[in-house]
Amino acid sequence: MSTKLKAFWRFIRCLSGDDAYERYLKNHARYHKTNTDHNCHGPLSKADFFKQWQDEKWNGIKRCC
Amino acid sequence: MNKTLKNAIWILIAIIGASSIGGIAITRGENINALWFIAAALCVYAIAYRFYASWIATTVLMIDDTRSTPAERLDNGHDFVPTHKWIVFGHHFAAIAGPGPLVGPTLAAQFGYLPGTLWILFGAVLGGCVQDMVTLFLSTRRDAKSLGQMAREELGPLGGTAALIGTFAIMIILIAVLGLVVVNAMKHSPWATFTVSATIPIAMIVGVYMRFIRPGQVLEASALGVILLLLSVVGGRFIDQHETLRLLFNHEGLTLAWWVMAYGFAAAILPVWLLLAPRDYLSTYMKLGTISLLAVAIIMLQPNIKMPAITQFVDGTGPIFGGKLFPFVFITIACGAISGFHALIASGTTPKLLSNERDIRMIGYGGMLLESFVAMMAMIAATVLDPGVFFAINSSAGVVGSDAINAVAKISSWGYPVTVEQMQNLAHQMGEATLFARTGGAPSLAVGMASIFGSAFGESLLALWYHFAIMFEAIFILTTLDAGTRVGRFMLQDMLGNIWPKMGETSWRPSVIFTSAIVVSGWGYFLYIGVIDPNGGVNILWPLFGIANQMLAAIALSVATGILVKSGKLKYAWVTGLPLIWLITITSSAAWQKITSDDIRIGFFSAANDLTHKLASGLLPPEKASIAPQLIFNLHLDAWLTLFFVSLLWLIIFDMLRVCSRHLSGKPVLPLTESAHIPSRSVEDWVRD
Repeated sequence: MSTKLKAFWRFIRCLSGDDAYERYLKNHARYHKTNTDHNCHGPLSKADFFKQWQDEKWNGIKRCC
Repeated sequence: MNKTLKNAIWILIAIIGASSIGGIAITRGENINALWFIAAALCVYAIAYRFYASWIATTVLMIDDTRSTPAERLDNGHDFVPTHKWIVFGHHFAAIAGPGPLVGPTLAAQFGYLPGTLWILFGAVLGGCVQDMVTLFLSTRRDAKSLGQMAREELGPLGGTAALIGTFAIMIILIAVLGLVVVNAMKHSPWATFTVSATIPIAMIVGVYMRFIRPGQVLEASALGVILLLLSVVGGRFIDQHETLRLLFNHEGLTLAWWVMAYGFAAAILPVWLLLAPRDYLSTYMKLGTISLLAVAIIMLQPNIKMPAITQFVDGTGPIFGGKLFPFVFITIACGAISGFHALIASGTTPKLLSNERDIRMIGYGGMLLESFVAMMAMIAATVLDPGVFFAINSSAGVVGSDAINAVAKISSWGYPVTVEQMQNLAHQMGEATLFARTGGAPSLAVGMASIFGSAFGESLLALWYHFAIMFEAIFILTTLDAGTRVGRFMLQDMLGNIWPKMGETSWRPSVIFTSAIVVSGWGYFLYIGVIDPNGGVNILWPLFGIANQMLAAIALSVATGILVKSGKLKYAWVTGLPLIWLITITSSAAWQKITSDDIRIGFFSAANDLTHKLASGLLPPEKASIAPQLIFNLHLDAWLTLFFVSLLWLIIFDMLRVCSRHLSGKPVLPLTESAHIPSRSVEDWVRD
C-alpha cells in the first residue's frame, strides 16, 4: 500500500512539475557523463532553473477550448 | 488470461453498451436514470479503444515501437524530453480540456438529451479521437512539427496559410464567446463577481510564492492557492450580505465586459510567471478535481434525467439558439465530440514529450475519450434540471421577455411548466437575486452541478456549491482567455514580423503592447456586441465559434487524409476521409443557413434586413434604436466572416484533392517529410523514470 501511495505521490509531483529541478539535475549529470568533451559549466541554481523552465513552458499554444 | 474468457468479457461489454444506448434512445415518457448514460459511454469508449483505435494504430498508421521519437532523438532536457506516458497523458488532457465541452452540451440540451448524447459518443470515437490520434502520429513522425508547418510542407503554401488564418480567427471568436459566458455569470451577482475577481490576486500570490519565496515548490504553492480559492467562495457570501461592499461588486454586463477586456490586455503583457502560469496550475487542479467529484456524485446519487429525449425545438425554433437539429446540434456540441483546436496541441506540443510511438493510441485517442466523457457529464448536469428551469435560465430576455411573469408563461406554454416562485426559490437557494436569462450555459451548468453535489454531499450548502461551480468554470475560462490572447499576440507578431522585422521580436515592448491591443480589441469587439445584443449574444457567437472550430478540424483531417493518400494508404483514407466529409457537410450547411436563411433567428443578412426595416419605420423602442446600427453592422460582419471561413475550408479541400489526384495519377507532388527511421535506444527503465 505504502509503495503504491509513494508511486502516486511521485506521479503527482512529476505531473505538476514539482520535481522538475531534481529531474533536471539527473539529466544534467547524465548528459555530462556521456559528453565529456563538452564545454562544461555547472547546473543552474533551483531559482534560475525554475525561471527558465516556466518561461519556456509558456512559449506557444498550451491551452485550448 | 484465457482467450475465451477475454472474448466473453468483450461480448458482455458490447451487450451492456448496446442495451444502454438502446435504453437511452427508446425510452419515452418515463424518467431515465443518468447511470445509463455513464454505462453507455464507458462501453462505447472501451470497445472503440480496444478495437477501432488499436486497428488504426497497427494497420493504418503502422505504429512502430522500435522507432525513436523526436523526444528521444532531439532530447535537450527542456522542451524535447522523453516522458512517462501517464505524465504525457496528464499534460495532453489538461491542455485539450477547456470550457468548450461544458458549454456546448449545455446549450445543445435544448434539443433534448438524445441528439447531443449520441453525437458526443459517436462523434468522439469516429471523429474527434481519430483526428487527435492521427495528428499526434503525423507530428511525431515529423520532428514534432505544427499543423500549419505540416500543411505547408505536405500540401503546399495555401494549406499552411489557411491553417494559420483559421487558428487566428478561431482564437478571436473563442475568447469573445468565453468572455461573454463569464460576464453573463457575473452580471448583477456580487458573490460571483467577487469570487471570480479574487482568482486574479490569488493567482498572483501563488506566482510570487513559486518564483521568489519558495522557488520551484509547485505543489506547496498550488495547495496554498486552492485553499485561498475555496476561501474566496465563502468570502463571496460575506460580500453579498454586506450592505455597502456588495455595491462594489454589483455591475451591469457592459461594465464587466470592459473589465474583462482590461484584464485580458494586462494578462497578455504581464510576465507569465505572475499570472498565467500560476492561474493555469490552479485551473488544472480545479478542473481535474471537480470533474472527478462530479463523476463520483453522479454515480452515488444516480439522478433521473428530466429533460425529454427530443424536444419540439428540433424544428429550429429553439429559444437558446435558432436553427434545426441538423446541422446545429453538431456545430453546438463542438469540442465534446470533435475539436480542431486539439490538432494544435497534438502537433507541436505533445509529440515533444512522447517517449515511444506505442503511447500514441492512449494519449491521442484516450485523451479525447476522456474529454468526451466530460461533455457527457455536462449533458447530464443540464438535463437533470427541470426543463422549465433549464429554459428559464438559458432563454434570453429578447426571446421570453424581461418580465418574470411573462417569461414563465411563455416557457410553460411550450410544455415545460415553471413558476415564478419556483425560480425565486431556486435563486434564493443558490444565493442569487435572479436566475432568469442567465444565458451562456455556465449558470445552468452551475445550478445542475450544485443540485447534484447538494443532493450527494448535503443540501444546506447549495449556494456555496453554486458559486464554487461558477468559480470553477470562470477560472479556466479566464485561463483560456489569457493564454489565447497571448498566443494571438505571438501569431500576430510573427505575421507582422514579415513586414517589419522589429515587430516580430516577441520581447520588444512597443510591439508587445501594440499587438496585444489589437488582439484584445478583436475579441473585445465581439464581446461588446454580444453584451449589448438583447438576444444575449450567445446565439450568434457560439454557432460562429462552432463553425470555426469544426473548420479547423476539417483542415487537420484534410492534412491527414492527404498524407495517408500520399503514403500509399488510399484504401485506408476513409478513416480520416469519412469524418472529414461529415464535417464539410455540417460546416457548409450551417454556414449556408447562417448566410442565406430567411428566418431572422438564423440568417445573418435576414436579421440585418429585418432590423434595418424596423429601424427605418420607427418600430423600435428608443433604447433598441440607439444600438440598432451597431447590431446591423455586426450582423453583416458575421455573415462575411462565416463566408470567409467556409471559403477557406473549401480552398483547402480542393488543394488536398489536387495533391491526392496528382499523386494517384503519378504526377509529382511535394515529397513526404517523414523523418528517417532511427532505431529507438530506449528500454523500459531508461526513459520511464
